[in-house]
Formats: sequence, structure tokens, C-alpha cells
Amino acid sequence: MNLEKVVFGFFIVLAATLNFGFFLGDIERPELHNIYELAAALVVSLIATALKFGDRTQIGAIHLSTSLVADLQLIAAAITWMAAVHITGVGMTPHVTSSVVSLSGGALFANVVSVIILIVETVMLRR
Amino acid sequence: MNSAFFLVLRRMRAPIIVLIVIYAIAVIGLTLVPGVDAEGKVAAPLSFFHAFYFVSYTATTIGFGEIPGAFSDAQRLWVTICIYLTVLGWSYSVVTLIALLQDKGFQNTLTTNRFAWRVRHIKQPFYLVCGCGETGNLICRTFDRINQAFVVIEKDDLRVQELDLQDFKTDTPALAADATQPDKLLLAGLKHPKCRGVLAATNDEESNLAIAIAARLLNPGVPVIARARSAAVAANMASFGTDHIINPFERFAEHLAMAVAAPERFRLIELLTSLPETQIPEIHRPPGGCWILCGYGRFGHAIASRLQATGIHLTIIDPQAPDADHGFTGDGTEASTLTQAGIAAAAGIIAGTDNDVNNLSIAVTAHQLNPKLFVVTRQNHSGNSALFAAYNADFTMVHSQIVAQESVAILTAPLLACFLEKLRDQNEIWSHGLVERLQRLCAGLTPVVWDIRLNISEAPAAYRALMHDQPFSLGEILRDGTNRSLPLNAITLLIERGSQVFLLPDDSFSLIAGDQLLLASPLAAQRNFEFTVRNANELEYVLSGREESGSWLWQRLTKIIKPRNRS
Repeated sequence: MNLEKVVFGFFIVLAATLNFGFFLGDIERPELHNIYELAAALVVSLIATALKFGDRTQIGAIHLSTSLVADLQLIAAAITWMAAVHITGVGMTPHVTSSVVSLSGGALFANVVSVIILIVETVMLRR
Repeated sequence: MNSAFFLVLRRMRAPIIVLIVIYAIAVIGLTLVPGVDAEGKVAAPLSFFHAFYFVSYTATTIGFGEIPGAFSDAQRLWVTICIYLTVLGWSYSVVTLIALLQDKGFQNTLTTNRFAWRVRHIKQPFYLVCGCGETGNLICRTFDRINQAFVVIEKDDLRVQELDLQDFKTDTPALAADATQPDKLLLAGLKHPKCRGVLAATNDEESNLAIAIAARLLNPGVPVIARARSAAVAANMASFGTDHIINPFERFAEHLAMAVAAPERFRLIELLTSLPETQIPEIHRPPGGCWILCGYGRFGHAIASRLQATGIHLTIIDPQAPDADHGFTGDGTEASTLTQAGIAAAAGIIAGTDNDVNNLSIAVTAHQLNPKLFVVTRQNHSGNSALFAAYNADFTMVHSQIVAQESVAILTAPLLACFLEKLRDQNEIWSHGLVERLQRLCAGLTPVVWDIRLNISEAPAAYRALMHDQPFSLGEILRDGTNRSLPLNAITLLIERGSQVFLLPDDSFSLIAGDQLLLASPLAAQRNFEFTVRNANELEYVLSGREESGSWLWQRLTKIIKPRNRS
């Protein structure tokens, strides 16, 4: 058993599950989307990205790029949330909530790709 | 650059993750701890945005204070913990980064990457010099003087650093690496389209052999010049098709024998193959008769076989060699041994051991016993140059110099080998005449010997003129480009036209496109000539004296105006 693989797999899957948890629920209702879940998803996604730094294989490169995509989407969602509450002051209207959740949905797609790559990598493993 | 970048990312993985975790703990904590409002009542905790903002400026020790409002005591407690945590995280990252920058492996990666990048971007033709010891250094300095680009691979890190300190005109890529490793040779541009040749000039025979073989296999198109001291290695190199093998001992023996048998021809070869624009070597006129040879190793054997062929009688002193002349007690540094060997009647002595101090001792002792003696010394290390210069023997053999001279001569003028071949058929009077002309050529310095082909890439202007029915003779083009009434200070040694070869052509020789010229001249005259044959306007001035304008429009205008003037 390779500890590095365990840790990496853990973070990739955790990023996907947290994001999925946040994404779940009616897209327009802010009370169904917890901000802490978004924060946790963002942090775990960032850690998963850092874990792939310095991997020079082809699969490692795709992992890194999908993680970066997820990071970017989640950061965009967080900034949208922050802007609505603190800058424009409109608060979490259905319009804002739906854009935050749909951004996280995009990140979820990247997370799913990451998980698929992880599975493919595991299946290809010959040891 | 790529591998260094990945190395940084890889090493920074742990610190970055630590930092992310610490930030997450601090920010989430701050969004949970209740705050206080202006009246002292319990208020809502900070939002994510405010918490992240606060942690960002606190963690980086910027510290704007408590923003947006004064904190509650619970928040202050949490912030205290956060400050220590984040400072720890940042210090860990910074220390790791600094350690990485000082890491030997990382710095090697950086230098190797920079070297590879610079080699890839070389625009002009270059030579790959492997080994930068005494010989390699001499070659590099000469290349630098004649503006020839080169790349250096040297095993010893210190020598590469010394190379940086020498004030070369150009910034030369140099790598501290083992040149016997093929990947290092590739890195240094062995397969680069502009690589014109490989010089294996390390101190180690086996390394030279390995370089020669690697170069031959990896890029069969480039010529390889290798130094070999033993016959076995030389034979091995030759079997691999090494283009030119230089054995300094054999070469010196050859020269010494030629100096005895055909002094004028030797003088001519010496002038043509010496390093360009250096002091003209003094004249060596070794006499025939009886000679004494001290030291009978590889050098001694090479000397003996060549000198005995010219009819010289040799007495060989070497207590270690079984095939030397027997009956001598010492190694030649004592007067008694030399007297016993017949120093009084001898015409010359060769101090040819592998020990510089012994060689000087032999030379000095022998000179005292017989002041009329012709003294040949062998200098093993260039560090002893001052001693040998002070003693001033009649003829000194410095092997690094021999290898450097020959490499440079062959690389810079491939036609020279052909010329030297032709020299064998010429008599001493002919050689003497040419020697006199060459010595007058550049005032106390040796000439630069170079060749140029009148083709589209080396001499485009001359090539076009020759192809468009504007023929000219050698004397017409060998003119000073700044003032055409003066002849150019150069001697044409040879012209090669297809399979024909013309030795010392005169001024009325008419050139055709594709001729290859071998010339001897000062460096300035070479530049002058190259400019003339490349630039159409310069060529026009040199051939006809007309100052042409280069612009297309003006040329059209003159063509329109000229016929009118005629009519």
C-alpha cells in the first residue's frame, strides 16, 4: 500500500463529495447551501492541487489541470458570494444563489473528471 | 527551465499544504467565534470574507489592526493562536524555499538548463571543445581571438569557473560535466545543426577515445579531432573513423626530423600551423651528426625512430628502459653520465624525460659541458613556462601547444592539409621564397591561414558577380576595401577548383564561381576580404571603383539615366 496514493485519493474524493454536498438542493434557495461546505470544498480542492505539484507524468498533469479548474470555479463562487453580501449588498437573492451554486456545479464536473482519472489510473496499475 | 520549475513545485508541496490548512483553520475559526458590537453586546461572528481578509494581513505580519470593528475577547484569544500558527506556516515555506535555492542539485539543474538553452540558441557555427586543461584552454583562447564560437565541456568545476574569469570577448557556454557521457555531449550541441566539429582534448586517453566514439556514432557528419598519446589508443580511434588524431610526441618527432632534413620546409610548416597572430617562432636549425637522447619512454621512442631515419646517430640514456643503450649509471642529470655518453663530440641533446626539473637539469649540465650543443627540451607542464623561457633552449617541445596549434590550423582551414601535402614535392628554394614572403606579411606576427569558398553562402556578392558575367582575376579582388589602389596584404596559397588544385596562383589567375581559396594574411585583411566578397556595393567599389548605392530605386534610376547620357 502506498501512503501517498491513499492521501491523494482521499483528498480527490473528499473534494468531490464536499462539493456535491454543497451543490445538492434547490439551486435558488440559499438556506439549502451552507457556506461552510463551500469553504471546506475550496480548502480541500486547494490541498488536492498542491498534492499534484511536481508530478511529471501525463496523468499527473491532467490531474493538476482538473484540480486547477475546480479551484478556479470554487474561488469564483466564493467571490460571487462575497460580492453579493459585502460589496453590492443585494444579499443572497435567488439570482445570486443560483450563480454561486452553478459555479460550484462546474467545479463538481471537474471533480468528477478527477475521480474518473483516479479510477482509470488505479485500473491501469499493474502492481 | 521546465525541470527546475517542477522541482520547485515538488519541494514546495508540503509547505503549501501546511499553509492552506493553517489558513483554513484560522479563517473557519474566526467565522465561528462570536464578536461584540459598540454597546458591548454579543454580535455575529466575522463573515468568511472579513475573516479571510483579517487572516491575510495578520499572517503576513502586515497587521492593520482589528478590522472592521473592535474584537471580542473570544475573538482575540483565537487570533492569538492564529498568529503563532500562521507565522509558523510562513517561516516553514520560506525556509524550505531558501534551502531549495541553496541546494546543490537544484543549482546544477539551473546551470544545466541555462547551458542547454544557450547552446540551443547559438546562431553561428561552433566547435565543441571537450576538456579545458592546458590544451583546451589554449584552443579556446585562440578561437576567441579569431572570433570563432565554441562550447566547452570540462569535468573539473574549478576550471569552468576559471574560464568565466578569463576575459573572453564572447560569453561562452561552458558546462562542468563528464564529456564521456553521451547525453552531456548531446546537451552541448553535438547534434546541433551549427556544430562544425568536436575536439577531444582531455588529459585522459580513455575519455578522448570515448568522446571520439560517441561523436562518430551520434553525429557521423561532424569531424572529430582527438588527442592520443599511445599508439594503441590512436589505432582504436582510427578504426572508428576519427578524422584527425593528434599524437603530440609523434608530431614533434616528425617536426624535429624535418628540421634536420629540410629546414626551410619545416620553417614554412611551422609558420602556417602556428597559432594565428602570435610571435613568429624563432628559427630552429638542428645539426646532423651524433645526438644524445635522455629519457626513452613514448616520447623517446617516437624521437628515436624519426631521427635515426634522417641518419643521426643516437646515444640513448634511460636507466629504466630495457632497450636503451646500456652502460650508463645515471639518468643524464649528472655530468659524469653525459661525459660517458660522449657529450664532447655530440652535436645535440634531447632532454625528453617526463620530469620538467630533470629536463632543465640535463639541459643546463649538457650546455656547460659543451656550449656548442643544440639543446632540445621537453616541457610537460605549461606552469613551468617561466623556467623554460628563462633557460631558452634551442627548441622546446610543449605538447599542449602542439595539439592546440594543429587542431586550430586544421579546423579553421581544411584546405591547409591539402597544401601541406603538396609541399612534399617542392624543393627548399621554393619553400625559402614563400617563408620570406610570409614573414614580411604581418610584421613579426604569424599569419592567419584561412579558406573561403566563392559560393552563395560564404561569398554571396562575389558569387553573383561571377555568375552574371562579371569575371575578375585574383589580383583584382585582392584589393583593400577602404582604398582600392592598395593591394590587400594577403598571399593566396592554394585554389581548389573541383578536383584541380592550383598552388600559389599569381594575380592574373581568373576565378570562377565555386573556387575555394586558401589564404594567409593578418586578421584585419581577412575581415576586409570577407566584407568585400559578401557586400555587393563593396565588391563593386573594389572591382571598378564606382560607389554604388544599395537601394533598388536608385539602381533603377541610374539605369534609366545612363542610356540617355550615352545617346
